[in-house]
Amino acid sequence: MGDSNTITVDPFEEERPKETHFHARMAVLNIRENWAAWNGYKLANYFYDAEYEYFCVRNGCGTYDICGMQKYFVSGKDAEAMLNRMVTRDISEMNVDRVTYLVWCTDEGRLIDDGTVFKLGHEHFMLTCGSPSLAWLEKSCYGFKDVSIVDMSERIAALALQGPTSCEVLKKMGLKDIDTLKPFGIKHFPFGASKDKPLMVSRTGFTGDLGYELWIKPELALEMWDSLYDAGEDYHIQPFGEAALNMARMEAGFIMPLMEFNEALKTIHFRHDHTPFQLSLDWLVDFKKPHFNGRAALLKEQHDGPEYTLVKLDIEGNKPAEECNVYSDKGCENEIGYVTSAMWSPVVKANIALAMVKTKYLKGEIWAEIYYNKELRSYTKVSRCTVKEKPFWTHPRSRATPPLPY
Amino acid sequence: MPSYDTIIIGAGHNGMVCACYLARRGQKVLLLEAANEIGGLAAKREFFPEFQVSVAHSISHFSAKVIKELNLESHGFINPSLALPTVGLNRNGEHVVLAHDEGGAASLSGVSEKDLASFKNYQTLMYRYAAMLKPFWETVLPRIGVGGIAKAMTYAKLGLKLRLLGKSDMREFMRIAMLPARDLMDEYFDNDLLKALLSWDALIGSKMAPRSPNGPVVSLLYRMGGDFEGAHYLPENGIESLIYSLRSVAEASGVEIRTNAPVEKILIQGNESGLKVEGVKMPDGEIITATRVVSSADPHRTFVDLVGVENLEIQFANRIRRLRSEGYVAKLHLALHGEPKFTGLAGPEGRMIIAPSMDTIEFAYDDAKYGEFSRQPVMEVLVPTRYQSGLAPPGKHVISAHVMYVPKKLKSKWCVDAREEIKNKTIDLLSQYSPGLQDLIVHAEFLTPEDIESNFRVTGGNWHHADHVIDQMFMMRPTYEAAQYSTPVPGLFLCGAGCHPGGDLTGAAGHNAAHEILKP
Repeated sequence: MGDSNTITVDPFEEERPKETHFHARMAVLNIRENWAAWNGYKLANYFYDAEYEYFCVRNGCGTYDICGMQKYFVSGKDAEAMLNRMVTRDISEMNVDRVTYLVWCTDEGRLIDDGTVFKLGHEHFMLTCGSPSLAWLEKSCYGFKDVSIVDMSERIAALALQGPTSCEVLKKMGLKDIDTLKPFGIKHFPFGASKDKPLMVSRTGFTGDLGYELWIKPELALEMWDSLYDAGEDYHIQPFGEAALNMARMEAGFIMPLMEFNEALKTIHFRHDHTPFQLSLDWLVDFKKPHFNGRAALLKEQHDGPEYTLVKLDIEGNKPAEECNVYSDKGCENEIGYVTSAMWSPVVKANIALAMVKTKYLKGEIWAEIYYNKELRSYTKVSRCTVKEKPFWTHPRSRATPPLPY
Repeated sequence: MPSYDTIIIGAGHNGMVCACYLARRGQKVLLLEAANEIGGLAAKREFFPEFQVSVAHSISHFSAKVIKELNLESHGFINPSLALPTVGLNRNGEHVVLAHDEGGAASLSGVSEKDLASFKNYQTLMYRYAAMLKPFWETVLPRIGVGGIAKAMTYAKLGLKLRLLGKSDMREFMRIAMLPARDLMDEYFDNDLLKALLSWDALIGSKMAPRSPNGPVVSLLYRMGGDFEGAHYLPENGIESLIYSLRSVAEASGVEIRTNAPVEKILIQGNESGLKVEGVKMPDGEIITATRVVSSADPHRTFVDLVGVENLEIQFANRIRRLRSEGYVAKLHLALHGEPKFTGLAGPEGRMIIAPSMDTIEFAYDDAKYGEFSRQPVMEVLVPTRYQSGLAPPGKHVISAHVMYVPKKLKSKWCVDAREEIKNKTIDLLSQYSPGLQDLIVHAEFLTPEDIESNFRVTGGNWHHADHVIDQMFMMRPTYEAAQYSTPVPGLFLCGAGCHPGGDLTGAAGHNAAHEILKP
């Protein structure tokens, strides 16, 4: 101490975004130094160029750092009962080494978060989700005798590998029989010097295309990265950031927190959150299950019909309808909803958007009032919207086992 | 076909009242009691060979409506003509005595002229408020935001009653309803003994002391709604006569009563149309089916232990978890071979309060709220053998005392030594007011809240099942979505002290639950 120049303590240490287990490699590749943050971790918005990364994901493969995702081990004799009461889907029929996408709601049937459950053993699950959920999990455990929750978020390094060449890359990396892994399946692989199988791969992702997620202990994270990038060299492997992910997931029709939905436990106004029905997630609500949190409220919502419904819109023209309202008339007098996400989709060649629209207007005309900017001048344009039932983009290889060669 | 229309869990007085009402309307009712005796905390038990007593040792506001409607008087429950005097004990014998004559008029002795005059004003005002609230204790308070005009009328009536107090009394009610007991007493009186005595019924049974906010005055007004304007009394033939008369009515109405019949689980059937109560499962595996199950057990035991959280909503279950229901009252039972003498009293008359001042109560609470014994406990002492024969052999006596504040969770953990220590401390303190007591003691029993929890299956050992505090009263008792006797589980109802209006021997919760179940 003494000499102020020698003090190395960082007074803002707690405030700074933390580095993920893959940071050492990503930092080198982050040419633009464009960092965003996710749950306190540095996460690239983009590394070089968002559109370039998007095309890599669609035409080769890309890696996306999901260390910032929350991961909880839920274990014990009552783990299944506890989870099954918490989520709206029925997980009682799940097999070991399977993953399922699901949501969970408040007592009032308002969506808290979406995530995935990995069944790792008969009494051992992993729950992943976008936001810290320990408080809700702890509440959900109350009254169950044998269930423990362990926050593994910092203790598991996770990397998504998405895109048409992803299977080939993993094959080249030496993951035997990876091509037999079915969608939402899990396999464990030997890796490095370790005798056991420290590398877990799930065939999951957030891009609508073929893709995998790789889970490994932090000590092996960089070794895994290197091995993956060696294997991927000839397959256009490229890290992608939040911006490219957002484009890909929009085409696939997936929802994002703070875009399509607010987490119910974080909203103040009671109408600023959503039910699964509003988000068109009806298929995730299983009323065959006698009880789950929010069931009574959701049954009522199903009966009454949601006030708003999230729909996929194909919009005339090529100006993305970001942050616009939608109307039932071209004159824009009767507002019937709002766009949650929008983009020009290069792969579909369409101007697409996700929008919350008052259910009763869905059968009629829908018009978006689009604002755009050309060389500092603002313009407005009203475009006709068409509701699309299917995802804007998907590919058969994402469902085929083995995946179709590319 | 279910075997019964209704199974009632727990033959405490509320369970029995509810059973009587349902059976009298033609329902086939089975009443299950885990203990070998009916009566719950009011059950007479032998704590030492030939010496008997019940944990609940007096009545302050049993429902006159229930007595009349169930015709309890012709089944052996007879209100006395006179309430017990309440005596603020003073070590030197200069006691403060609050008594009621046969006409119900209160008389106060042992205080200054100034306090006497204040007492008159205090009493007039408090009885107006108690009378205003009284009808609502025996009314199902509707769920807020649900139901039509009829339900809204209940609240409109409450508003009207308030308004009819007149502007100044209404404003005053709004002001004092939430006052800590201490502020209210300090405003009116000088005498420390009197203040402690009058605030006693605002506090006992809940985790509350004179300086605690959160509606002790409302709790006091609840108790002041009784036949003797809140003065405690013993029915002729004692507390047991209440239990026995209820049993007599129940049996005459066709209620089937089983003792030694603890329920292991409330059986809930689940299918595509949701959950529905099916009956109960007994420890030997026996399944008894019923259209509905009504639980007089406390909310925690009912929902968490008997229903199981897997059948409940998460936020609801956590509200039950957060109910404040930790008991702070212990019970001392002494078997004596002669009548105890109290300095300055002709005989061991009435309900004797040992609490020299509100500060003494507060300090006793301060110790306990951090998990320790009160250095100087406070207590309410009754000699039931003075009023009732048969509880002890002729010439012998029983002392029954509620001792505050004894934490359910002791920092150093309850053990034989800890129990002995506080028992002896309590007896020593009592002896200061009753010299020679030690020589009379044949046997002493000390029930901590933990003992009350395990012996009587009451969560936290709390008499009231959930503290009498404003956020756990009225349409919030025990919590919203279960405050109208029905619960989120179809076919499951509550009828115990954890429901509106609350604890003590009143029968109101059992009455209201039956009303809700029978409503067309």
